[in-house]
Amino acid sequence: MLSDADWGAIWLTLRLATTVTILLLLLGTPLALWLAKTRSRFKGPVSALVAMPLVLPPTVLGFYLLIFMGPSGPMGKFTELLGLGTLPFTFWGLVVASLLYSLPFVVQPIQNAIEAQGARPSEVAATLRSGPWDRFWHVTLPLAKPGILTATVLGFAHTVGEFGVVLMIGGNIPGATRVVSVQIYDHVEALEYTQAHWLSAVMIGFSFLVLLLLYLLQHRKSAAGIRYGI
Amino acid sequence: MASERDFPDSAPHLPARGIVGHFHLPMQNDTGDRRFTLDVKLDLPGRGVTGIFGPSGSGKTTLLRCIAGLQSCDNGSLSVNGEPWQFAHNPRKTLAVHRRPLGFVFQQPSLFPHLSAEQNLTFARKRAWQKVSPTEYDQIIALMGIEHLLRQYPAALSGGEQQRIAIARALLVKPRLLLMDEPLASLDQMRKREILPYLEKLHRALDTPIIYVSHSVEEIARLADHLLLMDSGKIQRQGPAASILSRTDFPVQLGDDLGVLIQARIAERNSEWHLARAEFDGGHLWLRDSGEAAGEFIRVRILARDISLTLNEDTRSSILNRLPVKVQEISADRDPAMVLLRLQPSGDQATVHGESHLIARITRRSLQELAITEGSELWAQIKSVAIVR
Repeated sequence: MLSDADWGAIWLTLRLATTVTILLLLLGTPLALWLAKTRSRFKGPVSALVAMPLVLPPTVLGFYLLIFMGPSGPMGKFTELLGLGTLPFTFWGLVVASLLYSLPFVVQPIQNAIEAQGARPSEVAATLRSGPWDRFWHVTLPLAKPGILTATVLGFAHTVGEFGVVLMIGGNIPGATRVVSVQIYDHVEALEYTQAHWLSAVMIGFSFLVLLLLYLLQHRKSAAGIRYGI
Repeated sequence: MASERDFPDSAPHLPARGIVGHFHLPMQNDTGDRRFTLDVKLDLPGRGVTGIFGPSGSGKTTLLRCIAGLQSCDNGSLSVNGEPWQFAHNPRKTLAVHRRPLGFVFQQPSLFPHLSAEQNLTFARKRAWQKVSPTEYDQIIALMGIEHLLRQYPAALSGGEQQRIAIARALLVKPRLLLMDEPLASLDQMRKREILPYLEKLHRALDTPIIYVSHSVEEIARLADHLLLMDSGKIQRQGPAASILSRTDFPVQLGDDLGVLIQARIAERNSEWHLARAEFDGGHLWLRDSGEAAGEFIRVRILARDISLTLNEDTRSSILNRLPVKVQEISADRDPAMVLLRLQPSGDQATVHGESHLIARITRRSLQELAITEGSELWAQIKSVAIVR
């Protein structure tokens, strides 16, 4: 059924998706909080930038990242200066690309969940002697929990499913950048349809389970009277 | 001092300290088509209940939010019973909301939905200014009558129950000033009646000054000792609630709610008729006995529409309360069919310089047919007297 190479691709994909999801939650939550609360004139431009990966062809994003992180790009020069070499065609290069590519799927649900709370819970907490940091941990975040769950599931699933960006920036190096979607592409190129079938079936099953989990969670939460959106 | 709290309008002196400050803030309503400036100089007593009364959109809530610090106001200053909260010339020293020793009850019950009722209370108790002892905790729970609700989540509670828990939560931070923003406005009539007694108990049990925003005369009449009338962002009038509410030239249209507020004392209780006799400085009134002990001070409200006038005493009437009165002043009502009469009780029991007067609202036609003029001696028949406190 699944070859060692297939299992390697699955393992790599899960490692990538987990790393990206954790980093995205850490970086995306403050960004979502800022977007939800700010009245700055930069809110529009920043929102548009965050949402760009939703509409851009992945190849465009991958192309510019390749140049940006390559030996003559600004980030490439910086990473070489630090003695890290260049990022394209490495696992961490994929991580950086996926962070950008999956950003809207994490930021938007959290931002919506915080915006849906309105200012009231935070104001109430302030009148109960709760300072800004205390309010964030004990009121804003717990109330945004459904949105954070959605963000986690979507961010993870979307990273698992990416292909174009990986192809542009990661190439096809076993154990470093050959994720499941690329492995399926390889099988089809080599006319190994049985192998391609097996891996594809695993992906279909996985995607269905993830989305089912998401909708079950949403249903339970909305029954408890807490609203939020994707 | 207890009698002073029961009888605040006769208190001979104002407390030396109080709630003093000013706020100047340009504002606009939600749709942005009406702009006005909140421009208020505060000098409120540092004890008892101060009612802020006015039509919607008059800036009452904004003023309360300025006091709490929820609305930032660069041109403002505030000190509460000697503690400075906000400085006009030094905005950086202004205390943030969570550093002001206040409690706030919002118009909508605003319990945290992810916490149970008890956890909501614990949230406040943990952050209180001073340690809340178990006895105090139990007292507040009992005061609001919420023991049986503690395990529930807010979604399972009625609006009135949620609001009682929200009030208890505000008390548990041990505020030195309690701000209430129309706490009953979002509730239906039934729930209002359910909560009002708790608010009255609060007023009696607590030393904390309360600022209570409302556009309901009934609530203000029952709760407020001191009253501040607002319109278009300005203070129209302020003073003791009883004297402000008992004026014919009340600046806000009250219609059927116009009436007087009278301080009285239960003189005797009659068990045969289930009546009580209350003395005030214009005579005495018979009331339905509702359990007050003789000697207790009460506040009664007599609506202008519940007073009818006769030229002679009509002893063959079912109306118990008949008082000889003298017409002090006749003024126009906003309704062209009606006039307002300010009446001074003139009976034997009336104190000569009594503050209490009555307001009657009668038709212009009756005024002419009975040939009533300022100075006429008449009898006032009072159809109903409500004990509001």
